[in-house]
Amino acid sequence: MELLGLFHYWVFAILLMIGLYAVIAKRNLIKKLIGLSIFQASVFLLYITMGKVEGGTAPIIQTGSAEQLFSNPLPQVLILTAIVVGISTMSLGLGIVVRIKEEYDSIEEDEIQEANKQ
Amino acid sequence: MTDWGPHLPALQVILPMLAAPLIIALQRHRLAWVAATITSFCSFAIAVALTRGVLDGQQYGYLMGSWPAPYGIELQVDAFSAIMLLIITSASSLALLGARDSLDVDIENHRQPLFYSAWLLVLAGLCGMTVAADAFNIFVFMEISSLASYILISGGSDRRALPAVFNYLIMGTLGATFYLIGIGLIYLMTGTLNLADMEQRIHEVSDLKPILVAAGFITIGLALKAAVFPLHGWLPGAYTFAPHAVTVFLAACSTKVALYLLLRFDFFVFQPNLSGHDIQFTYFLMPLAVLAIIIGSLVALFEQNLKRLLAYSSIAQIGYILLGASLVSSAGLTASIVHFFNHALAKGALFLAISCLAIRCGGTLINDINGAARTMPWTFSALVVGGLSLIGMPGTAGFISKWYLISAALEHGGIGIALTAVILVSSLMAVVYIWRIVEAAYFREREIATAAPQEAPLLLLSVTWTAALLNIYFGLMPELPVTLSMSASELLLEHMP
Repeated sequence: MELLGLFHYWVFAILLMIGLYAVIAKRNLIKKLIGLSIFQASVFLLYITMGKVEGGTAPIIQTGSAEQLFSNPLPQVLILTAIVVGISTMSLGLGIVVRIKEEYDSIEEDEIQEANKQ
Repeated sequence: MTDWGPHLPALQVILPMLAAPLIIALQRHRLAWVAATITSFCSFAIAVALTRGVLDGQQYGYLMGSWPAPYGIELQVDAFSAIMLLIITSASSLALLGARDSLDVDIENHRQPLFYSAWLLVLAGLCGMTVAADAFNIFVFMEISSLASYILISGGSDRRALPAVFNYLIMGTLGATFYLIGIGLIYLMTGTLNLADMEQRIHEVSDLKPILVAAGFITIGLALKAAVFPLHGWLPGAYTFAPHAVTVFLAACSTKVALYLLLRFDFFVFQPNLSGHDIQFTYFLMPLAVLAIIIGSLVALFEQNLKRLLAYSSIAQIGYILLGASLVSSAGLTASIVHFFNHALAKGALFLAISCLAIRCGGTLINDINGAARTMPWTFSALVVGGLSLIGMPGTAGFISKWYLISAALEHGGIGIALTAVILVSSLMAVVYIWRIVEAAYFREREIATAAPQEAPLLLLSVTWTAALLNIYFGLMPELPVTLSMSASELLLEHMP
């Protein structure tokens, strides 16, 4: 039961490791960026999970109903910012890959290193 | 007349941040350069005003939008942030002032306004990281400065900068995300992002394991950003292939801001709360610092490219800063913070001299400068002054920090003597690698086929000499950095149990 209760955190940890593995092990620059994207997305999941209250809704005060349960909105706001940062990083990274492709005619790390040695 | 005093911490960030988009509107590249330089000097003036206030004992806390502290966003300036702000803004101003001629070579005129705009964003981000008292704000500013600095590094004409900057982007983002995970775990346990509030609330946390994990994530994340050995892989490429003016700016301050945050987190937030954290901190960081010092200097001995040589020397210098901090004593921290200041001076002067000779000699390989000192005496004498300061000659700024570092190490008995030996050996290695440059420039013959290089442009040369003279000035009158460092180390140790 304990294991199931922490389901989201397990997903977070597994996604984090998949992303990190792709960043380190893959030699293709686009695949590296995909790994980086998974890595960042897992952290978004961590934040959203910790703000969630079971049965909680969006924190909007409604007249009429006396007792309401709210989820913590702050982690969601933080992650909204972090998503924007992630998008900017990704677009800048892809932009650099385009420039690398123009200059080296390859997006494989080994071939770029080979070209640099000459 | 309104009193600007209390608003200075906010203006420090807002001024370059607002100027950045406006500069794109100035179509002329020279106009953009003038505007960027003026903005940077204004930030420097703000940093000086803040430092004067701090020296007078004033406390700067700024509540954004007047929301009270733990809920709203707070900015804070104390002695530690003041010395960092001085380093950042002065490095940016001098580098920009000297950048005019070297950037004309590296970047086409119509792209220059965009480039200066990115430069000011780096400045705003670095200042923001320094003044923010809120963990998440620090993350946002970190990403602003990192993203903009990727643009600066890849902005030049050298295609090898592109893979280097891609590598930096991957490593930098990993580091920032690790930091974000750490902040998330702390928020999970304490429900706050304000650093001072965080420190208070960790007292009430019963299960400290997540905080310990968070300390690990934050330390590794910031160490990646700070290029602490063995996480330095991105640094030499990024410094070597960046436009020369950018190297001056980034080498002087960007890794140091990450180190500044590392010290802030460890001493303000974690040390008072995790028992035995100081011992873990020492055992973890001291070996890394020693390895960084030895391996960084060793690689620099054999490097053929001058910029890469100095980049490896930077890795060794980061080791010195870390070594001082890892002693966890008042003297050690003072030494480490003084070295923030003095290393920025020495490396700034050296990289400025490198950008002088790169314009004239057609390259930064050691063979490109053979015999160049005969026709460029001013450039190379400035380089020698910077080099002496890096080595730690008495009378230059570098001596002051080495002196403080060695006297701090000697407080620790047997280990202290071993550490002193490490410092002395690596200073000797610095003598050797600086001598290699001097030998090539002064004593080798120039090949007859190439014309003798001219002296560098006057503006760049005078900026280089300003930096070189500052090395001598702060070597003879070190009161300012030493006073600030002492009160900063007092602040850091205030919360220690």
